[in-house]
Amino acid sequence: MNKLDFPRIGESFYTCTLPNGLPVYVLPKKGFSRSVAMFATHYGGADRRFLLHGQWHDTPAGVAHFLEHKMFDMPDGSNALLELTARGASANAFTSTDVTAYHFSCTENFYDNLSLLLRFVSTPYFTEESVRKEQGIIAQEIRMGEDSVGTALYYGLMGALFDHHPGRESVAGTVESIAEITPETLYACHAAFYRPSNMVLICIGDVDAEKVCALAEELLPKEEQERPLRDYGEKETLLPARKEVQRSMSVSAPKFYLGAKVLWPETGEERLRLMLKAELALQTLLGESSPFFTRLYADGLLRRDFAVGLQSSAGAACILMGGESKEPDTVRTAVLQAVEHLRKEGFDEERFERCRKAMYGTAIQALEDFGSMASSLMGSVFEGYLQPRLFSLLPELSKEECESFLLEYLSEERLSRSLVLPL
Amino acid sequence: MERMELLPNVFLTAVQTDRFKTALMSASLLTQLERQNASANAVLPSLLRRGSSRYADMTELQYRLDELYGASLEPSVCRYGELQSIGFTARFCDERFLPEKLDMTGEMASLLGEVLLRPNTRGGLFRQAWVDSEKEKLAERIDARVNDKRGYAINRLNEEMCCYEDYGTYILGTRDSAENLQYVSLSKYYKELLATSPVELFYCGSAEPQAVADALCSAFLTLPRGELNEELGTDIRMNTVSGDIRFFEEEMDVSQGQLALGFRLGECMEEPDYAAIRVFNALYGGSATSRLFRNVREKLSLCYYASSGVDLHKGILRVLSGVEFSRRQQAQDEILAQLESIRSGITPEELSDARRSVANAYRTVSDSPAALESFWLDQLLRGEDYDAETCAALVENVSAADVLAIAESVQCDAIYFLKGEGHE
Repeated sequence: MNKLDFPRIGESFYTCTLPNGLPVYVLPKKGFSRSVAMFATHYGGADRRFLLHGQWHDTPAGVAHFLEHKMFDMPDGSNALLELTARGASANAFTSTDVTAYHFSCTENFYDNLSLLLRFVSTPYFTEESVRKEQGIIAQEIRMGEDSVGTALYYGLMGALFDHHPGRESVAGTVESIAEITPETLYACHAAFYRPSNMVLICIGDVDAEKVCALAEELLPKEEQERPLRDYGEKETLLPARKEVQRSMSVSAPKFYLGAKVLWPETGEERLRLMLKAELALQTLLGESSPFFTRLYADGLLRRDFAVGLQSSAGAACILMGGESKEPDTVRTAVLQAVEHLRKEGFDEERFERCRKAMYGTAIQALEDFGSMASSLMGSVFEGYLQPRLFSLLPELSKEECESFLLEYLSEERLSRSLVLPL
Repeated sequence: MERMELLPNVFLTAVQTDRFKTALMSASLLTQLERQNASANAVLPSLLRRGSSRYADMTELQYRLDELYGASLEPSVCRYGELQSIGFTARFCDERFLPEKLDMTGEMASLLGEVLLRPNTRGGLFRQAWVDSEKEKLAERIDARVNDKRGYAINRLNEEMCCYEDYGTYILGTRDSAENLQYVSLSKYYKELLATSPVELFYCGSAEPQAVADALCSAFLTLPRGELNEELGTDIRMNTVSGDIRFFEEEMDVSQGQLALGFRLGECMEEPDYAAIRVFNALYGGSATSRLFRNVREKLSLCYYASSGVDLHKGILRVLSGVEFSRRQQAQDEILAQLESIRSGITPEELSDARRSVANAYRTVSDSPAALESFWLDQLLRGEDYDAETCAALVENVSAADVLAIAESVQCDAIYFLKGEGHE
C-alpha cells in the first residue's frame, strides 16, 4: 500500500495494485456521512473492435451501454440496483465513449455495499429473455436521446470532426444496432473488458484502505489477464472530415458547437499538461473575463452558458466551444479574430495570471463533490496520470506554451461546427 | 446552525464547519410569486450583475472574481411554493487552501452587498441599454423552456392545474411580461422591493458565525428598510379544482411523450406531517424501490422513467413519466392504479425501504454546502427549525398507518400530456 500526499489540498490517497492487476485508490475523508465507491472498466461505446483469444471481434454499436444495463441482473434472479437501493444506497452507472462506471454512495453498510458492487460487476448473467426486454427499455432511452438538443449537437460535432473514429457514433447505439445484440455478444465483451487489469476501483469517504483492498482481493478473479487490444481504425488527421453539420429541432434559438481536433499525447504526464494548458489558454482567450466574451455578451450574441474546454475519449481529443446564439456565424468569426489578435499581441500578462488563479480555485471547488471527484480520478487513471497532480503542474505552465497551443489548433481550416437550428 | 436577525427582517443562517474546502454565501430577497411581477423579479439579479458602482461592468466584476481564485457569484431565481426568491449565491475557496493570504469572508460579503445594493445606474435609474439587453435574454430563456421536455411538461402541468392560483405562474413570467419591462418603472420597482422584502442570508464555511455576521452587517448597512410586505405566503388549496380529473394535451415535434400527473395532497395539509408525506412520496415514486419504478418501469417496461416529487410548501405531488405515445393510456392507468393499491396496504419492506431512502437523503445534507443551504431555506420558510438529523429521526418513526393516511388524502387534479405531432 502506498500513500500519496497532496499537501496543497490537504489530502492523501492510499493506493495499491492487486496481484490480479486491479489498481485501487482510496481517499479517506474523516467525518463525512457519505462514502462513495466507483468500479469502472476502460471500455465504452468506441470499443467495438477488439482482440479476444487471438481473434478479432466486431460488435454492434451500443454493446458497452447495453452491458451496463444488464450487469445489475444477478443469477439468483435478484437485481443489484434494487438491492443496493433497498439498503439505502444510491447506486447508478454510466457509459461514455471509453468508460463504463458503476458507483454507489451510502451512509451505512459501506463494505456490504462494496462487496455487492464488486460481485455484480464481475458476474455476467444474461438470458435471451432479459436481453429482449432490455432492447425495449434502451430503445426508449435512445428515442429520448433523439429529442435531446445537447446530444444532437455533440454527436453532430463529433461526426463533423472525425472521419471514422468510433467516438463519432452514439454510445447507446441505434434501435437497429442494439437489436443485433445477443447474450453471446455480451458474454464476449464482458470477458474481454471486465478484467481487473482493465479496471479501477476508487473509494472516497470515511473508509479504510486495507479493508477495501482485502475485499477486492477476496471477491474478484485471482489471475492477472492481459489488457485487451482494441482497434479504432487508422489514425485521423488533424483536419475535420466536414466543415459543418446541421439539424433542425424544436429549439427556441440556434445552438452551436465549434470544435477542432487536437493531437492526444502518448504519456499521462503530457496528457495532463495538455488538458491544463488547453483549459487555461481557452479561458484566457474566450472565458467570461475575456474581451471576446464581454463584447459578444453585451451585443446579445452570447449568453452566460457559453462554455469552452478540451475533451478527450478513446484517444480522440478536441477543443469544444458551445452555446446559444442568434448569430452563430458572427461568433465563429469573432473566435478567429480573437486568435488573430493573440497572434499579434500575445496574452496580457496580468489577465493570464488572473485566469490561472481562477482555474486553481475552480479546481479546488471541484474537490467538494465526491462523485465527480471519483469520476475525474477514474478518467485520469485510465489516461495514465493522477488528477490532483494538477495543483503542482498548473503553476508551472508558461504563457508562451498556452499561446502557441491556441495558435496551432484554432485556425480556419481546423475548425468545424455543429448547428441545431429552430424548425 | 446559528440564526440571527442582522437588520429588521434580515436574517442570517450560518453553519460553521471546517470539513469543506469551499464556502457558500447567499443573499435572497423574498417576494410573492405573482403573474404581474414574476418577470421583473426574475430579470433583476442578471441586471444587477451587469455592473455596480465599484465594478462598473461585467469585465471588472469578473476580474475581481478571478483574483479571488475563481469565486463565483451566480444570480439566483427560485421558488418556495408561492414565494419567489431572487438574489445571488457566492461560492469560493476556503482561504486555508489558497497559496496567498486573503480575507475571503470579508471580500465576498462586501461583493454580495455591492452587487445587490449599489447598481451602476445613471441619474438613479437602471441603464436602459442593460435593461433592454437583459430583458431580451430573459425572453430567450422563457422561450428556451421548450428545450427541456421534462421540465417543460412539469411547468405546463403547474400552469394548467393551478391556473386560478399564483402557483401557476411560471417563475420567469411570460415572453410578453418580459418584453414589457421598462427601465424607469423597473428602477422604481427595485427600490420598493429592496425596502419591503424580507432578506435571507446564508453562510456555510469555516468562519465564525459572528465574524460572518459582522462582515454582512457592514455590507448590508445601506439596505433601506421600509414597511414589510405582510401578505407573503403560500395559499394551500386542499381540494381539486373540479370533481373530475382535468386533462390537457399539447403537440410538439418530439419522439417520446411526456406524461405529467398533478395531485393535491388534500386534507393532510391541514396539519402537515412532513416526514410522513416524504415517506409516502419515496414509496410511491420518489425512489428506486418505489411502486412506480418497480411496476411501471421495471415490471411492465411501460416507460423509460416514472418518478414522483412533492412540493411541501404548496401541498402538491407530481408524477412525471416518459412514454411512447401509444402506451400513454396504459402508463396513466398503471400510475393511478398504484396509488389506489397503496391505499389498500403496503408491505413492511417497502415501508422500511422508503423510510431509509428519505432518512439517508437527510443524513447526507451535512456533506455539502449547497445541500445545507437548500435544506435550511426550505425548512425555515415552512416555519420549521429541525436540523437534518432530527428530520431523519422523525422519518424513521413514520408508520404504515401514517403513510396510508397520506395516500387516502391525495387526489389527482390534472393530467398533462406532451405528444408528438399528428398522434392520437
